[in-house]
Amino acid sequence: MIGDSTSGRFWKDFDWLLFAAAIGLSIISLVEIYSSTMAQPTDNFFARQLAWVCVGIVFFIIVAAIDYHLIAEQIPWFYLLAIVVLLYTLAMGHRVSGSKSWVRLGPAMFQPSELIKMVVVVTLARFFSELRSSRYMTFSQIAKACMICMVPVSLVALQPDLGTALTYLPALAVGLFIRGVRPAVLISLILGFVLVLPISWLILKPYQKERILTFLDPDRDPLGKGYQVNQSKIAIGSGGLIGKGVFNGSQNRLGFLPTRHTDFIFSVVGEELGFVGVIGTLGLLAFIIFRSIHNAQTARDSLGLFIVMGVVGIYFFHVIVNVGMVIGFMPTTGIPLPFMSYGGSSVLTAFIALGLVLNVRRRRYVN
Amino acid sequence: MLQREEHETLRWRISFIGYVIVAALLVLAFGFWNMQIVQVSYYQQRADQNRVREIPLLAPRGRIYDREHRVLADNRPSYNIILIRENSPHTVEQTAAMLSSGISMSKDEVLESINRSIRRHVPKFRPIVLKEDVSVDDIAYVKSHRYELPEIAVELQPRRRYFEGQLAAHAMGYVGEVTEAELTTPEFVNFKSGDQVGKTGLERQYNNLLVGQDGFKRVIVNSFGREMGQLEEQPYVAGNDLVTTIDLDLQRAAEDMVGERSGAVVALDPRTGEILAMVSRPAYDPNLFATRISPVDWNNLITDPRKPMQNRAIQSRFSPGSVFKVFMAAAGLEAGTLNPLRSVYCPGYASFYGHTFACDKHEGHGTLGLHDAIVTSCNVFFYNVGNDLGISRIYQYATMMGLGRKSGIDLPNEDSGLIPSEAWKQRVYKAKWYAGETISVAIGQGYVSITPLQAAWAMGGLTTGGRLKQPHFVKPEQLKKLSLPANEIVEEDYPIHQSTVNIVTTAMWGVVNEEGGTGFRARIEGFDVAGKTGTAQVVGKQANLKGQAYKDNSWFVGFAPSRNPEIVVAAFIENGGWGAEAAAPVAHAVLETYYKKKLGQFDGKVTTIAAN
Repeated sequence: MIGDSTSGRFWKDFDWLLFAAAIGLSIISLVEIYSSTMAQPTDNFFARQLAWVCVGIVFFIIVAAIDYHLIAEQIPWFYLLAIVVLLYTLAMGHRVSGSKSWVRLGPAMFQPSELIKMVVVVTLARFFSELRSSRYMTFSQIAKACMICMVPVSLVALQPDLGTALTYLPALAVGLFIRGVRPAVLISLILGFVLVLPISWLILKPYQKERILTFLDPDRDPLGKGYQVNQSKIAIGSGGLIGKGVFNGSQNRLGFLPTRHTDFIFSVVGEELGFVGVIGTLGLLAFIIFRSIHNAQTARDSLGLFIVMGVVGIYFFHVIVNVGMVIGFMPTTGIPLPFMSYGGSSVLTAFIALGLVLNVRRRRYVN
Repeated sequence: MLQREEHETLRWRISFIGYVIVAALLVLAFGFWNMQIVQVSYYQQRADQNRVREIPLLAPRGRIYDREHRVLADNRPSYNIILIRENSPHTVEQTAAMLSSGISMSKDEVLESINRSIRRHVPKFRPIVLKEDVSVDDIAYVKSHRYELPEIAVELQPRRRYFEGQLAAHAMGYVGEVTEAELTTPEFVNFKSGDQVGKTGLERQYNNLLVGQDGFKRVIVNSFGREMGQLEEQPYVAGNDLVTTIDLDLQRAAEDMVGERSGAVVALDPRTGEILAMVSRPAYDPNLFATRISPVDWNNLITDPRKPMQNRAIQSRFSPGSVFKVFMAAAGLEAGTLNPLRSVYCPGYASFYGHTFACDKHEGHGTLGLHDAIVTSCNVFFYNVGNDLGISRIYQYATMMGLGRKSGIDLPNEDSGLIPSEAWKQRVYKAKWYAGETISVAIGQGYVSITPLQAAWAMGGLTTGGRLKQPHFVKPEQLKKLSLPANEIVEEDYPIHQSTVNIVTTAMWGVVNEEGGTGFRARIEGFDVAGKTGTAQVVGKQANLKGQAYKDNSWFVGFAPSRNPEIVVAAFIENGGWGAEAAAPVAHAVLETYYKKKLGQFDGKVTTIAAN
């Protein structure tokens, strides 16, 4: 099963449409990263992102080639390694804008919390797929699933990087929902989450509280956190139907958009490519998500199903939170848009996740 | 491993998740549709507000010249420090702290001027003026910190400069920021808050001519407020220059002669109505208003008991004293109540209606005719003239001759003076006119009062044979050239016999040139000067009060040549004492300057003669 990428069969089963959608997103991303960072040519954001996309494609093929059953078999070791890396990050990591979430990897800085999401996805998938057949999960099973997820989530939250920690949860939520929990338990989980909110308000840091208050009222402090969202909305709204044209967005080029090549890359798309570009980009993301859902439904076994749906949950969460943020539907969080935002960890994770989806798809027919 | 049936349940749940995702994506798509299609113009406008900054280019006011195109008022470059809050990388607190460390302004002062604008709801993109007319040091600080403080800029604002400070201050007026109250009046309908407008004087009267049209420059700025490029520029249109009829030399002569005393001088050309000089002292320095006047300076000006803001030449009314006698003589001759050959015995006093009225010469003038009565300014003679005329005819003739009514000069807030009548007294005092009151009026005392402008205007009308030309600083041709509404100079011709004019002008020639004439100090060798002195009692005299404030007001209204005069000068010195002593030398200096200029002998120096 290993190394069949060289065989003709690998390319015969290769999902070119899925791959094309990812490449399409990467091209839009590269163009807009180039456009939004022209003012800082020495930082080479474009070249670095291009390099990461290439690395991402390589990992995409590798991950797709290795049978996911083999990956799932070895996943406990990966999981342990992930915990160690997160502990190491917590101890020795680099602090960037308040969060100790980065490690140096040769010439590059890397955010392990991104990549480890995929480890958690496969770990949870294996756990859910190996449960004894029953209509609903037992309380202890739910607790175990939560434990698998919450250990790395806690370590990420301690960095503290609450935003990234939150992005782990959809994998758990989707898994629990699909595997089946009693409606009463489902409702209590949702209620519990709602009840935890006021308590967590008390332990939130002032800047986090500020972010949420600003989300509720962006004009509260237009020069502070609300400034970003206001400027993002101005950028997108002023893009109109067909946009101002690549390299012509005034909000982008004159620096009114904050963190425009990373978290707010979609604002640049909205401004320069307009509604057409927005729908095109969202369409490509939706295509990847729905193609994945289809793959989950045709998966050969529940392991594949849970892996793909974990990926779908995480993709979707990133899209809804990031895109919701740039139009002010969601609070400001540092959550990147898959395939679009600048950043090696994010791009690599997106491609690895896509590799897992293709992996499951290739093995959908029982040999 | 799950059973096949359970697998179906899982598939259904996956589909459910799919529907949730579709719904969520549709919500997002709706959000984009709403912003990019429905509200696109709103956001495009916001984006333009972000990147486009409009910098006003303030137009300079037109210059004001004298009749020989010498500059009386122009503009000097001046810089304001301004703050544009929109897109500022700092809070106003931070801005104030950083700015106050480098310029001569405390943090609290900076915050105060910012907060004042915030309270008035000035929009964020509108610049706030933090400090006006700043020093070179302040400009240098702002310019050298434009990267640290991109929200701060310096703005060029041309400011009014009056070359000779207090010279002709009241005629010129001053400029200042238009007030909210003024903006609601039709006069200032085309102005907006913050504009500089003329407040008084010619600056106000010809404001629409003097103001230019402000321009603007639209520049692209980045998020740090740095200029990245220019979109368009509409240059300002400078205001039109105003050439006045003022003769700077005559004006200076008059100003110098009045000096520190309170008083007024009006010199005009009776043939045309052109004002050659208008002095009111004490004066203020209109340059104080060019930059917002400080509260201390303003308070000093308005609480000064000598009232420096008042234009005494047109806004104050004074008893004309003996100057009025020539108008009484003309009225008596025209009404036929005064025989030109009449003579009166003056014992130094006279009695009318049970009261005794004194003459200034206690020992009396003896028997004298009209000519000598004017030359020596005999009261007793004119008590009889006035008594014979009666108040109705005095009112009728004096009004006809230009007294007690507005001349229509092109300055705001002209006073009408007052010629009393029976109707007037009934209206104001609800009382009957007493014949005894006419006696005082006959010598320019009592209720009668005139402005120095009226003295010059009416004297000009009388001596040119009853031709009253509307006094003015600006010729209508100038306004017509600029297609501004312009009224022709009004000319009134009232009926008067040439013989009457000859008698009074000859007598006034005698006042200056004959032995014993009261106006000898106005005499100029070779120039045919005539005139009449006046010494008007201030209320204190009756009350027996002493001191400078209760000294008589001093008048001299002179003209030359005595036939068909080219110039009339009315000089008035408050508490100056005898008109012959205080006011005549002032008129003399103006007339002599005029005469020397006419002969081409004027060397820039005004010859003064001793006041005593």
